[in-house]
Amino acid sequence: MKMDRRNFIRMCGLGLLGLGATKADKIFADVTKSKYLRTASLQGKRWAMVIDSRKCNDCDDCVAACHKVHNVPDINKKEQEVKWIWKEGFHGTFPDLGHQYMTEKLEKRLFPILCNHCDNPACVRVCPTKATFKREDGVIMMDYHRCIGCRYCMAGCPYGARSFNFQDPRPYIKNMNNEYPTRTKGVVEKCNFCAELLVKGELPLCVQACKKGAITFGDLNDPASPVRKILENEATIQRKPSLGTYPSVYYIV
Amino acid sequence: MYDKKIIIPILAVIVVVLTYPIWSLFGKGAAAPELDLNTPEIQALAEKECIEDTEFMRSNHMELLNEWRIKSVREGTNVYVASDGQEYEMSLQNTCLSCHSNKENFCDSCHSYAEVNPDCWDCHVGGEL
Ligand code: HEC
Ligand code: HEC
Ligand code: HEC
Repeated sequence: MKMDRRNFIRMCGLGLLGLGATKADKIFADVTKSKYLRTASLQGKRWAMVIDSRKCNDCDDCVAACHKVHNVPDINKKEQEVKWIWKEGFHGTFPDLGHQYMTEKLEKRLFPILCNHCDNPACVRVCPTKATFKREDGVIMMDYHRCIGCRYCMAGCPYGARSFNFQDPRPYIKNMNNEYPTRTKGVVEKCNFCAELLVKGELPLCVQACKKGAITFGDLNDPASPVRKILENEATIQRKPSLGTYPSVYYIV
Repeated sequence: MYDKKIIIPILAVIVVVLTYPIWSLFGKGAAAPELDLNTPEIQALAEKECIEDTEFMRSNHMELLNEWRIKSVREGTNVYVASDGQEYEMSLQNTCLSCHSNKENFCDSCHSYAEVNPDCWDCHVGGEL
């Protein structure tokens, strides 16, 4: 066979390409041939929450339940604190809605605030490593294994729902829950809508913890779900709707 | 060759110095780690078997854990069906470490022998606390 130099080099290139293809195939294959299952189906779901602030009073049960189970550290320095769910006054919660002559009751009321699990999340768009991403069921998840601590997501989130670990959180966790991981210095964290419970068909902890039943959780895609029923019958608002993030957490004021 | 008497000894010394890291290891093979399987959970098992067969676990447990992490965190599944049909919750601390609750004498002793330092324990709560 006669082959000139150009053709020889071309053939080499093709050969290398083929080699690369077999390798790539191996990289993307699973090590196991086994199956992975969900206890509860998430197919076609779109999770949302309605918070009836009229029923919410001074207790901190929702915050306590969430922070205890998820090993959220209790850090007193305001600028370094870590929170998944917390409470804020009317003007902090709805900065574009308040006015001078609001009832005193409304002025004093505290609103539970958490990650809004937006339909159009700014944090997901800015994350350079896809550590934060939107699941099919609408939950905005953090993959802590990929977080490099750049804090773009914190700058992107208009709700302040994300906290950065400026130090090792473990010394600030009073009662460690051994069944859930902590985070470490240098990663961002936030509410996960209790994804670890949703997959088992259970409700988020804040919903379970509220003795007044002020928090309702359900599937926005299901017209018969409790959240859709409330949204149909009550006047509900979202936080900062003009930003176009489409939050999944609704409030009754 | 000029100055043979000087150059050859110097070359010999240089060769010895450069290869010191290699031959200094001869005869120093560290003892293979003792793996302690004596935990309450494993004692209670009818068949003393891991999630998959021992050979597979020994060489692939890191890949399995990586796969679990992706399937669990990113794909939202929570149950792993092993090749023998047994179902396991996919969790590093609640599944692996419930059987291997003696992390120091199992995972850690093998890892320090093999000089691997997984950073998982910065976040995942490990073994008996
Ligand atoms: C930065 C902290 C951090 C590090 C480091 C880390 N993880 Fe995780 N990991 C988490 C958190 C938090 C979750 C739970 C995510 C959720 O459910 O929202 C998790 C979940 C997991 C899960 C699935 C569920 C579970 O509870 O186990 C696996 C498997 C896992 N990690 C494996 C690993 C392995 C293997 C390593 C080391 C190579 C590791 N992780 C290192 C924080 C971490
Ligand atoms: C149901 C209890 C159980 C669970 C859960 C379990 N193991 Fe095991 N594991 C065992 C037993 C028993 C053996 C010893 C098997 C043998 O000696 O043949 C073993 C062996 C191993 C070995 C091989 C040790 C050797 O001899 O070289 C590794 C590695 C291992 N397990 C890692 C893991 C990891 C990682 C997980 C979590 C993904 C896990 N195991 C979950 C019971 C368990
Ligand atoms: C028989 C020895 C042995 C035992 C027992 C063992 N490992 Fe490993 N493990 C290794 C070796 C060797 C590597 C490094 C493999 C490599 O680098 O390719 C490793 C790597 C890992 C990694 C990946 C580390 C990284 O930085 O990528 C994880 C995670 C891990 N092991 C978890 C465990 C857990 C959890 C246990 C106990 C339940 C365990 N291993 C028990 C030998 C062992």
